[in-house]
Amino acid sequence: MTEQPRLAEQNAAVHLPEPFLKWFAEKGWSPRAHQIELLAIAQAGQSVLLIAPTGAGKTLAGFLPSLTELAGRPRRRPGQARRGIHTLYISPLKALAVDIERNLGKPVEEIGLPVTIETRTGDTPAHKRQRQKLTPPDILLTTPEQLALLIAAPDAGRFFEDLHYVVLDELHSLVTSKRGHLLSLGLARLRSFVPGLQTIGLSATVAEPDELRRWLVSQNPPGGMAELIVVTGGAKPEISILDSEERVPWAGHSARYATPEIYGEIKRHKTTLLFVNTRSQAELLFQELWRVNEDTLPIALHHGSLDVAQRRRVEKAMGENTLRAIVATSTLDLGIDWGDVDLVVHVGAPKGASRLAQRIGRANHRMDEPSKAILIPANRFEVLECRAALDANYLGAQDTPPLVNGGLDVLAQHVLGCACGAPFLADTLFEEVRTAAPYTSLDRPTFDRVIDFVATGGYALKNYERYARIRLNKDGLWRVSNPRIAQQYRLNVGTIIEVPALNVRYVQAGSKGSASRGGRVLGKIEEAFLETLTHGDTFMFAGKVLRFEGIRENECFVSNAPGSDAKVPYYGGGKFPLSTYLAEQVRIMLDDPQRWKKLPEQVADWLRFQADKSVLPKRDDLLIETFPRGNRHYLVAYPFEGRLAHQTLGMLLTRRLDRAGARPLGFVATDYALAIWSLADMGRMFRAKKPSLAALFDQDMLGDDLEAWLAGSWLLKRTFRNCALISGLIEKRHPGQEKSGRQVIVSTDLIYDVLRSHEPDHILLQATRADAATGLLDVSRLAEMLSRIQGRIVHKHLEQISPLAVPIMLEIGKMPVHGEADDTLLMDAATLVEEAMGTQ
Amino acid sequence: MTRVLATTLPLAGADSIGIAGERAICDRRGVLYFPELRLLTVSDLHLEKGSSLARRGTLIPPYDTGATLLRLQAVIADYQPAIVISLGDSFHDGGGAARMHSSFRERLEGLMAGRDWFWVAGNHDPDAPADLPGETVRELAIGALVFRHEPSAVRVEGEISGHLHPCARIVQQGRSVRRRCFAGDGGRMIMPAFGAYTGSLNVLDRAYAGLFRRETLMAYMLGAERIFAISRSMLRPG
Repeated sequence: MTEQPRLAEQNAAVHLPEPFLKWFAEKGWSPRAHQIELLAIAQAGQSVLLIAPTGAGKTLAGFLPSLTELAGRPRRRPGQARRGIHTLYISPLKALAVDIERNLGKPVEEIGLPVTIETRTGDTPAHKRQRQKLTPPDILLTTPEQLALLIAAPDAGRFFEDLHYVVLDELHSLVTSKRGHLLSLGLARLRSFVPGLQTIGLSATVAEPDELRRWLVSQNPPGGMAELIVVTGGAKPEISILDSEERVPWAGHSARYATPEIYGEIKRHKTTLLFVNTRSQAELLFQELWRVNEDTLPIALHHGSLDVAQRRRVEKAMGENTLRAIVATSTLDLGIDWGDVDLVVHVGAPKGASRLAQRIGRANHRMDEPSKAILIPANRFEVLECRAALDANYLGAQDTPPLVNGGLDVLAQHVLGCACGAPFLADTLFEEVRTAAPYTSLDRPTFDRVIDFVATGGYALKNYERYARIRLNKDGLWRVSNPRIAQQYRLNVGTIIEVPALNVRYVQAGSKGSASRGGRVLGKIEEAFLETLTHGDTFMFAGKVLRFEGIRENECFVSNAPGSDAKVPYYGGGKFPLSTYLAEQVRIMLDDPQRWKKLPEQVADWLRFQADKSVLPKRDDLLIETFPRGNRHYLVAYPFEGRLAHQTLGMLLTRRLDRAGARPLGFVATDYALAIWSLADMGRMFRAKKPSLAALFDQDMLGDDLEAWLAGSWLLKRTFRNCALISGLIEKRHPGQEKSGRQVIVSTDLIYDVLRSHEPDHILLQATRADAATGLLDVSRLAEMLSRIQGRIVHKHLEQISPLAVPIMLEIGKMPVHGEADDTLLMDAATLVEEAMGTQ
Repeated sequence: MTRVLATTLPLAGADSIGIAGERAICDRRGVLYFPELRLLTVSDLHLEKGSSLARRGTLIPPYDTGATLLRLQAVIADYQPAIVISLGDSFHDGGGAARMHSSFRERLEGLMAGRDWFWVAGNHDPDAPADLPGETVRELAIGALVFRHEPSAVRVEGEISGHLHPCARIVQQGRSVRRRCFAGDGGRMIMPAFGAYTGSLNVLDRAYAGLFRRETLMAYMLGAERIFAISRSMLRPG
């Protein structure tokens, strides 16, 4: 909480113009303490970070400095030079910018301020963008990508010369991604245009506010921080875990068992927002709810793959309060105002305490009223996780991810953007880039390699000098070598890489899409999923059960399926891995039978049963069980480190087990556990110390084994693709270009193979490995775990499966078994052919 | 035509098949070898595709020519063919041969030395490659076989062509596997593209309509260790 004396002090200094005071009085409001405090800091010329819960009036706080300043500005006389943009507002979502335009327009109009506010997003028509360049508004609401485009324009310096403030909304969500890296570089550029530029960051609660404070200001001198205002409190949310009458399943993610109880809650409340973690869960829950929707309550579905028009309809209905419930994925996570939600239901475990707090913030968008939320665990481990998350929320614990160093691919994009704007000196740009927090530790040789990459690809074989995109001139300045480069840059700006997806279009059953093309587009589905379907397969999408009819060019044709059961499950596998913080909480809970009392009886029983049959791991131990089943031998480990880290661990362990002669056949990983099965008796091998478990789990697996496995892995290829697109090595595919066919586009997989075998130390491969280690593989988390469990491995060799192992054993067969052995599949197919044709 | 009775057993991982009565070895590396003729054919090398794109500002690694030639070198070392036919689109564009790095040119000339080498004209490289030996031809007939770049619209028995970059896809256990392939129906054969940066087009695509007898179409998919012969009924579009 802000301390009162300090506030009073600043209150005296703060200047809130008369019309504002009048407006507050008319509304019967008074400015909130943090709004005044923020205004005072801004008026003193400082940058500031405001951390506040939803509903605290963050938006108004963020704009007060601009509005008061603009209110006091003398009117522009005819003939006077036009004034540039005064305030830039940047949000991660287009929709949020539009929302703010509406919310900010109201007080501006009521106070009678001579202030123009406009949005500029990817959807803004070209003529309006053109006009904005000539007559800019006072306040421009935009996205990180648009900022990148604006600073790459030749007149950028002049365009921003009147800029005073940059307001960054939802900063906590922006900074953790590559978009954040690009934005931090954009800010550094703006600061070089306008040295006195002030930033105002608006954020939800985060674990490390100082990281954000540094992010907001120049890191020259190093360690500089923006001022900080923290608004705590608001009413404590009322959160409960559904204590179901039904049996909580061992495994799975559907929470189908709880549908009637969820429906009951919807009936008892005005508007219920139902959050799930993945699109497939959303589809399933929506279907299940309509199955029991005897009162035909208006229940809608909202996720990012649905057709835009469909989403807008749902959002509108939501705003008008005509819906009783809406099933949504993370698309609604961020701070958009949606009508009067009085209940948030979270289906499936929230995977992170911070995410839970964010989502619950959606209910009762007023700070002083308690939000009400119910958690619905989908399986028994999720009961533990929900319990831990719930305790964490009450404790105000935060587990937002730590910030990572800025990506080199993003830097490459920025360097080209700078060159498109104006010629630059490498020395000056290097210093500028290092003022951005994610790039403070960037060294000069790496920076020079990035420039070299932008210029000619940075290859050891100097073959492309004559095709350079930027060139070093005699005056020491780097310039774009031709205007076409700038054009290309504009088409490829940004760090959001879309997964290849196809339109899903309705046709008549059995038509294969050849005859009728008139059907409605339902949305988009990833190509990778559609590739596994065959004609006649049924699956769930857009709240319907659909029959797959075929693919034609970039469209997937579907018809209504006669039954209501989808044959092909879509495995979206929990999008977010379990956070380190929650994982630890779950381990602590397992270790403390006292805390089981707060768990539903059936779950507590399950744990007691485990203690009886095997053992429960101590909080810092790693439990490993081995047991035979069928004609296989199983190893189940319980690290609780999240799916990504487990997947990496699984890959590495199977390699080692293979070398030790255990003949492993496959593995599956969940957020909680890892199961490996083999032909040899691993339990016996461990007891004979051939190999010992300590040796098997030795940290050295992160050395050569990791390198060797990574080199050929599809994970790395996927990461490389993103780096190649972001860095501008290859161009993004744009709508309408898809038809050019596969043989025209050079696939990044092929480029990867060639580059890896000819120049393994190329800067883009370096960037790829760094990305994969932090993102897809969670190597650092695995490393922490391996060091934590040294000397703390508990091995239980059992006669049969333990209660704790049941959930992961149930996942076998339901989840794709990861591996690289595509050739085995080809072998199966070829053998089938040979059998059928009688050649064998 | 000279008939040489050299080694006639396929190498490990290669499949022996018949095309219009001629025996051919489908090699998993994407080349076709006729042992009786000591003839090796390879299609769509697309040399200098990297530099071709670099000219337009896409600076992909300049190692494709080197990588493609290394693979070709390995194949030639194994089979020691008397005749090599490069079935068109040997260079990604008309200026490709002239742009080639001197070290790559030397490697290529080394491969060509001591054998008959034919450059079949392709749509990307209709003219003879600059300053390189070998004979440039529109098409070539040897015994019952006809070698040309683009498959002709009417069915020709014994036609070996390229151009379309065939690949095939199967789905097994909920997973999809796509590989380059030879596509043949016993009468004609379309070769996979050999170049390091060449993409591929599914044999079930419309571009192949009418080219094959449906009943006997086989895709010989390129595996890491061997060729996999897959019949049409197992193939998936896309």
